[in-house]
Amino acid sequence: MIWGLALAVFAVITAGAYLATSRDLLRCLIGLTLLGNGINLLLFGSGRLQSGQPPIIDRLATELVGAANPLPQALTLTAIVISFALLCFSLALGIRLLAEVRGSDLQRLRAAEPPASDPLKPPLEEAP
Amino acid sequence: MLAALPLLIPLGTALLCALLHQAPHWQRRVSLGGALLLLVAAWQLFAAVTAGGAVVLQAGNWPVPYGIELVADRLGCALVLVAAVMLCIVLLWQQSAADRAPEGASFYPLLHGLVAGAGAAFVTADLFNLYVWFELALICAVGLLACGGALRQLDAAFKYLALNLVGTLLLLAAIALLYGATGHLNFRALGQALPAVEPGLLLPLAGLLVIAFLIKAAAFPFFAWLPASYHTLPGPVLALFSALLTKIGICALIRTFGGLLQPVPPQLLTLLGALALLSMVSGVLGAAYHWDMRRILAFHSISQVGYMLLAIAIGSRLGDATAIFFALHHSLVKAGLFLCAALIFHQAGHYDLRRTGGLYATRPGLALLFLLFALSLVGIPPLSGFWGKYLIVRESLLQGQFFWAGVALAVGALTFYSMLKIWIEAFWKKHPDPDWRPVATSRLTPAYTGLTLLLLVTLWMGLFPDTLIGYTLLAADSLRGVSP
Repeated sequence: MIWGLALAVFAVITAGAYLATSRDLLRCLIGLTLLGNGINLLLFGSGRLQSGQPPIIDRLATELVGAANPLPQALTLTAIVISFALLCFSLALGIRLLAEVRGSDLQRLRAAEPPASDPLKPPLEEAP
Repeated sequence: MLAALPLLIPLGTALLCALLHQAPHWQRRVSLGGALLLLVAAWQLFAAVTAGGAVVLQAGNWPVPYGIELVADRLGCALVLVAAVMLCIVLLWQQSAADRAPEGASFYPLLHGLVAGAGAAFVTADLFNLYVWFELALICAVGLLACGGALRQLDAAFKYLALNLVGTLLLLAAIALLYGATGHLNFRALGQALPAVEPGLLLPLAGLLVIAFLIKAAAFPFFAWLPASYHTLPGPVLALFSALLTKIGICALIRTFGGLLQPVPPQLLTLLGALALLSMVSGVLGAAYHWDMRRILAFHSISQVGYMLLAIAIGSRLGDATAIFFALHHSLVKAGLFLCAALIFHQAGHYDLRRTGGLYATRPGLALLFLLFALSLVGIPPLSGFWGKYLIVRESLLQGQFFWAGVALAVGALTFYSMLKIWIEAFWKKHPDPDWRPVATSRLTPAYTGLTLLLLVTLWMGLFPDTLIGYTLLAADSLRGVSP
């Protein structure tokens, strides 16, 4: 079971890393999201995979035996919520950039760092 | 409760400001009130920590290895105080006319959100909690970059987001693996459990954690997000960014090397030392190439981060104390330099040094302010930067690292070259436009007040270094668990 999860983590992270290094803006964003999901899976696996009891202690018992570890699940949920918020924001940013640059090629996104024409002197920007 | 104030106050202010988005006038007042309240709370916390050691809060009264713990120790407290001072100066600066940030409805909530993320990251003692605050600081920083709306700002925001996201994802992966290996997230419990992990497993886990923090600290070769984004920001926000963002990573690294990983595997220290030297050299060379003041100063941040990493890589108690001293010094001095650059831009009309000049004759006060900050960054005695560099060089020599000491001195000389370049091009030479007249002074008193305040703190650090060095030594001790 844990090997299956390891394989899934490997596949998702590899696909995410491949897409994140793409020159296409949307592929890059999807890649970063996939990368995040792969790492969420990893986080989920850190509590070990087992079919345990729900981690709710009996009224009279003082010890919890054979229960699943709830902490990694709580951590994964938190991470999912955060990455979802970041995904929404980055998609909004990506859509604005697609409209402004007219094309999804990230090589054309040079507004903040214009390419230099002179080997020694950096380009002189008009805007402050 | 006191330990939670560095995150509760700015978070509350951010929420209130967001609710008041239709009343900009009230937003400004609430924002100023929140900043002053944070300053008072940070000072109270500072006084409490100086008197009786770290202030601890266990959320929900859960005992240590289970619950989230907030520990405002000497390191975290000093950084929170710097954050509060910088927030107040930025809000003061917004009342002046020099390159003030446009105040959209989302400006104040994002500003306080950034301070909340940074302040909480300084005081938390839980690894996953640290990740959450990293993400809060990240999203607010991206928002502040993007809320200007110009194409270059959106471009910068995208690059900042993508590169920093990789850093937080690596941190999350490191957290997952560390939790899987030890079953702990609390710093103290993790520090006790890590020596039991077999060395072949510990090294990659610790390395992953350190790389995630190095991305946040903008060290070589992970610094690309910093020069891609900083120069698109308006002056006061840029000063806040430079004082807080890289310090989040540095603070986490000091905690990791000074406490969590003790005794640190020597391979990690060697690797950190090499990356520190490369950061110092590549940052200062990047600065030498550029002509835009903001880009020059941004590259210098990378070089100065290198100094802090070098101090950590020395691996001794004095090394960690020096890293803390240097981080405090750099937060204040670099913010002062960015604010001086904003004033030069306001007076001379451009951030690019090829379009400025003639300010020495017309604005001698600004020239003096810039000179003092610049010499402090270079490390000329008796200013604060001298003590930081002196301690680093001395400790490297004592530990037998002669090459490290030599590089630190050489990078200092190159830093002097860049500062001299700004000084000559902005103040000394004639303005390239013969018809240029300095802007008739319009509402600059708040700006100069903030800068003078920063200068006074820097001068205090330089003239009476004993107090602060003693404090940072105690801070390094408390990281190692020697003193409370």
